Amino acid sequence: MIHKYKLNGYNICLDVHSGAVHILDDAAYDILDYCDENMKRDIPEKIYTELGDRYGKEEIEETYEALYELFEMGQLFSPDDYEKFADMMTKAPVKSMCINISHDCNLRCEYCFAAKGDFGQGRCLMPLETAKKAIDFIIANSGTRKNLEVDFFGGEPLMNFDVVKKTVEYARGLEDKYNKKFRFTITTNGLLLDDDKIEFINREMNNAVLSLDGRKEVNDRLRVTPNGKGSYDTIVPKYQKLVAGRGDKDYYIRGTFTKYNLDFTDDVLHMHSLGFDQLSIEPVVSDPKLDYSIKYEDLPVVFKEYERLAESIIESRKKGDYYNFFHFMIDLNQGPCAIKRLRGCGCGNEYVAVTPQGDIYPCHQFVGNEDYKMGNLHDGTFDTDMKNMFAMSTVYTKENCKDCWAKFYCSGGCNANNFQYEGNIRKSHKTSCELEKKRLECAIMIKAALAESGDDAPCDGEDCISSCL
Amino acid sequence: MEKKHIKTLNQANLKESAAKGGCGECQACTVANQKCEKQQ
Repeated sequence: MIHKYKLNGYNICLDVHSGAVHILDDAAYDILDYCDENMKRDIPEKIYTELGDRYGKEEIEETYEALYELFEMGQLFSPDDYEKFADMMTKAPVKSMCINISHDCNLRCEYCFAAKGDFGQGRCLMPLETAKKAIDFIIANSGTRKNLEVDFFGGEPLMNFDVVKKTVEYARGLEDKYNKKFRFTITTNGLLLDDDKIEFINREMNNAVLSLDGRKEVNDRLRVTPNGKGSYDTIVPKYQKLVAGRGDKDYYIRGTFTKYNLDFTDDVLHMHSLGFDQLSIEPVVSDPKLDYSIKYEDLPVVFKEYERLAESIIESRKKGDYYNFFHFMIDLNQGPCAIKRLRGCGCGNEYVAVTPQGDIYPCHQFVGNEDYKMGNLHDGTFDTDMKNMFAMSTVYTKENCKDCWAKFYCSGGCNANNFQYEGNIRKSHKTSCELEKKRLECAIMIKAALAESGDDAPCDGEDCISSCL
Repeated sequence: MEKKHIKTLNQANLKESAAKGGCGECQACTVANQKCEKQQ
């Protein structure tokens, strides 16, 4: 299977099952329409008759020969022989956990999937005893895995920061004993950040996700306090202080775009103008009936905007101005192995979410849906049948994924998105798919443009990040 | 690889990664922007 497309003046071909990416001239791009997985060395007569008015005989012959050479090298129409690996990881241990340390929030963001902070379960904070049991659970269920990821999430985690600190201290105290390495992440709206919290986050958190929607008027339209006041003026200086002390640890300024700001490139550029260079802004996930929701008919406008953002990134890079856009990150040479790409995140299998009450769900987005409750930390229950059901959700068992060119990059998409929009974790959500495919097309095109201009040079040291934009 | 009509942008090794991969140590919430734990 191949995917070929034109974007920003480039003719691009992705060979899906080898991962090879080819930049083609017009002749190769057109001749490719006459090739398939049964390609033969002899040139089909149809190419001469149908393309002869555009390309000379010699040009057709040398172009076809080049394409056939790629075919023989396994870099064009390479066969799909990955399904046999789909059973790997079905008995994988739990190695990642989202700890909903707070089911309360000091903002009332209109689009919040967590029902404005409490996940529809009433406002409460996780007791330290429950958080410790969560750490015990992941250690006990992680088998021989060394790297364990724990995300502090909510609600607003900073509203229960003392428990965050004591949970980290508890987990760190168990690392040597059990040969584990915890990687902590925290997602915050920033309102309660102070010097003490910033110091702790920058010391202990491998990643900090800092919520900001971009321009002040965009952010303050939907990210408001309970009395309706915007949050921009309070949080931006705090984020700047946190990021200044971040060193080489990861962070993301993370926003949501809605129908209200389909010109979101301006929000990305605004974030960068504030001094941030690790940026993410993503389409809202919401009931399609809401005014701010992004619908299928909005896609042409969103696609154009992604193209504008991609072109902006290319121009910036050529000027030596670097910023990273999360959804245009792609490593075409390495990236995750094919086994990983079959199912993406470990939702419900390697990854679970825990509520303040100790209930266990497949991930943070399933929290509150009783049909997907997997167990409870306090009574020791854990539904392994449901775990197996999630483990078997791969690109080969998801409707529409098996024959999709993007399957090894989105890995079947988000189970929670599929469930929210389609009522079935294995039925992909068409709008989400189209957005993901557009982002991939842009990401690959950026690679092509930077390779052409020499601004995407090979890595020359450990700190080099050119391989992922 | 660069030819007159075609420039190959990368040295992809998806097939090889299937045979050698699956250690399970990488991050378990797109995966395109992830890195292989063994390559870090």
